[in-house]
Amino acid sequence: MVDVLVIGGGNAALCAALTAREAGASVMVLEAAPKLWRGGNSAHTRNLRCMHEAPQDVLVDAYPEEEFWQDLLKVTGGLTNEKLARLVIRDSSVCRPWMRSHGVHFQPSLSGALHTARTNAFFMGGGKALINAYYRSAERLGIKIRYESPVERLEIHNGQFMAAHVGNERITARSCVLAAGGFESNRDWLREAWGVNERGESPSDNFLIRGTRFNQGLLLRHLLQDHGADAIGDPTQAHMVAIDARAPLYDGGICTRIDCVSLGVVVNSEAKRFYDEGEDFWPKRYAIWGRLVAQQPGQIGYSIIDAKAIGRFMPPVFPGVKADTLPDLARQLGLDESTFMQTLNDYNQACRPGTFDHTALDDCHTEGVSPAKTHWARPIDTAPFYAYALRPGVTFTYLGLKTDETAAVRFADVPSPNLYVAGEMMAGNVLGKGYTAGVGMSIGTTFGRLAGAEAARAALKQGEHHAAA
Amino acid sequence: MQQLETLIEDAKQLASGALGASQATDEVARQLAICNACRYCEGFCAVFPAMTRRLEFKPADIHYMANLCHNCGACLHACQYAPPHEFAVNVPQAMAAVRGETYVSYAWPSAMGQLYKRNGLTVALALAFGLALFLVLALASNGTLWGGHAQGNFYKLFPHNFLVLMFAPVFLWMALALAVGVMRFMRDVSPTTTAVRAEVRDAVEATHNVMTLKYLDGGHGEGCHNEDDAYTLSRRRAHHLTFYGFMLCFAATSLATIYHYAFGWEAPYDLPSVPKLLGVLGGVSLLLGSAGLFRLKWSRHPQHGDASQKPMDYGFIALLFLTSATGLALWLGRGSDALALLLALHLGVVMALFLTMPYGKFAHGIFRSAALLRFAVEKRQPSTLALGDE
Repeated sequence: MVDVLVIGGGNAALCAALTAREAGASVMVLEAAPKLWRGGNSAHTRNLRCMHEAPQDVLVDAYPEEEFWQDLLKVTGGLTNEKLARLVIRDSSVCRPWMRSHGVHFQPSLSGALHTARTNAFFMGGGKALINAYYRSAERLGIKIRYESPVERLEIHNGQFMAAHVGNERITARSCVLAAGGFESNRDWLREAWGVNERGESPSDNFLIRGTRFNQGLLLRHLLQDHGADAIGDPTQAHMVAIDARAPLYDGGICTRIDCVSLGVVVNSEAKRFYDEGEDFWPKRYAIWGRLVAQQPGQIGYSIIDAKAIGRFMPPVFPGVKADTLPDLARQLGLDESTFMQTLNDYNQACRPGTFDHTALDDCHTEGVSPAKTHWARPIDTAPFYAYALRPGVTFTYLGLKTDETAAVRFADVPSPNLYVAGEMMAGNVLGKGYTAGVGMSIGTTFGRLAGAEAARAALKQGEHHAAA
Repeated sequence: MQQLETLIEDAKQLASGALGASQATDEVARQLAICNACRYCEGFCAVFPAMTRRLEFKPADIHYMANLCHNCGACLHACQYAPPHEFAVNVPQAMAAVRGETYVSYAWPSAMGQLYKRNGLTVALALAFGLALFLVLALASNGTLWGGHAQGNFYKLFPHNFLVLMFAPVFLWMALALAVGVMRFMRDVSPTTTAVRAEVRDAVEATHNVMTLKYLDGGHGEGCHNEDDAYTLSRRRAHHLTFYGFMLCFAATSLATIYHYAFGWEAPYDLPSVPKLLGVLGGVSLLLGSAGLFRLKWSRHPQHGDASQKPMDYGFIALLFLTSATGLALWLGRGSDALALLLALHLGVVMALFLTMPYGKFAHGIFRSAALLRFAVEKRQPSTLALGDE
């Protein structure tokens, strides 16, 4: 029997496995995906949000605890647990030497992401390089790794973990860490959570999943339904951004983002605008546009720009629909031409002259049109015109298991003595809603390490009892 | 007939000065559109910083970037879009395919470019042994092939002037062919790399990057990939041994030439003379390095590089190995009956090495150095893009 069983194969799972192994426990990792798809959503990540009091290798200036906490408070609208959030923030300032010792390399902010140079430490090569490093380290340390091993159910007696079932196999362990991700890839569950809207649509049928297809949430549902584990979060809350509608159903990752929203207008399938495209810098707004598009008929939007915007935003992965006139663009998009022209003409006439600067909150705004565009509003009048269709892209869901500062799974508000949780399965404790770049990896790393240490301690204590008996 | 037509078509295209798009460049352009929207690999090498200066990838951009790529494998193993992902991104492989095409299209004379496609292990070895056999027969015909006639002095077997007559044209041909090739490369890629002329500091930077194989360090110093996702410095080290070994051998020969003409000191030299010291050191280094490169290539991850170019790589590695092996054997066997035979073998191998140089793997060093020079120039110029922050 192994000491610690880790269920999951992404960042949080490996942080738990490595930490438990370092504490002297024998460890087995059960990853649902085959080796080539290992790592879950972590393989799509690129950085870690880090608190630091002074410049630190790849991080400039300082990002003190209080500022990090205020940022988190703002994006979650208070739907967070201050004690757990501060635990994450403090650990984010000390975890990187440990990460390096397991082969992770850091680099300064990437071009096109300079706004995060102060707050986020980037993984050289991105999350897959980090995952590869952790797996190599795990193999070196003698951690047993099994791929294609999705866990169907657990045996839990009075809150105590006994065994996990993979197919017909029963795997026992002294303690267990759950780090198997959210349920965002489970179309049925999404449909159930999002229900049917006032138009009779199942909005989630039009959602694209930015990450792994293996986050089916079967274990999460099993824990919540069959074992009555304490839950946290709302099943409709997720990190959701507006991405290119042509992105693959799964694993589109970062490259499917569309960054030109703030440079033009966005219309829905009725050819009407529905939100202030220039409310704030795109990095501060992209995470609300997924929900905005999800609320539109058919869950689709069209970002419209003209030639003036070209070269002012990160290149999209697929070429835009291109036209020499706006009516032609409307026709190519299959939008009602007269409504589209009405929307565009109203907007164009509402643009007030200003000094355009896409690197600042400039004074180009509209007057007398609703919704207003408060920055970067310039008439869309210079051919060629381009359009990018947008769909909601789900990164991860926030419904999870309630936990505390020991990372224990809780049943009827009583912490389990040997079952722990980390990563997306508990991120909702810290992130009730909203998102800020890199915080998912901070939560995964902190709680992964914490869960690994606690699981090792619980397992080794049990081992002593057995030895004594 | 088909081949002849291809040759004519290629020649026409070159004559018109246009290095157009191909299936291979289209594939790189497809992949770079994905990379440019992701950019996670920016820290690994020069290719990705060059990419972020561009929104479009025209054939000339791709020829330039393909020759910047060292095929280190870092971006493949780190890629969230690598196969089995449907985007099927494998930048080192796509770049290698284009690189192969650029070698063919820049080759001078153009028709000889087709040799790249056939310059495999078999050709290299056949050429080496064919030339050696020719020399063996020549020696046999005047009865000096076996025995101690020469008493360690190979000028008694092949007079110095004969050797000069044999090697000087081959060497000059090689230098000329490569020089024209690199000029064609520069003409193709300079306009797309800001067209600014290189300065001394660019040359210094590029030379440093070439001599240290900077872009095989992974960006973090732990090296590149070989058989899996782990970093290793073995390829960089084996390449260093090979490259510096070759240069030491070259220095030994050059110095010996100076000794011969300037001072009238004739070969053979023995230890502890400087040419011999350089030659032995270089020979051993080249032997170890080329053996290492062979072993690494043999165990390389199957998704690295362009499999169709492997025979060319092996051909070059084999000739380098045999050059050092026969050279060292010649030195060790200088007093034996086999001297003449060993000499013929060594000369045959060296001749084959130089003959195949402009149309084989050796060219990668020349084109990559040129690409690194353009990279040094380009990176100094401000980017024309203002993409803001995503």
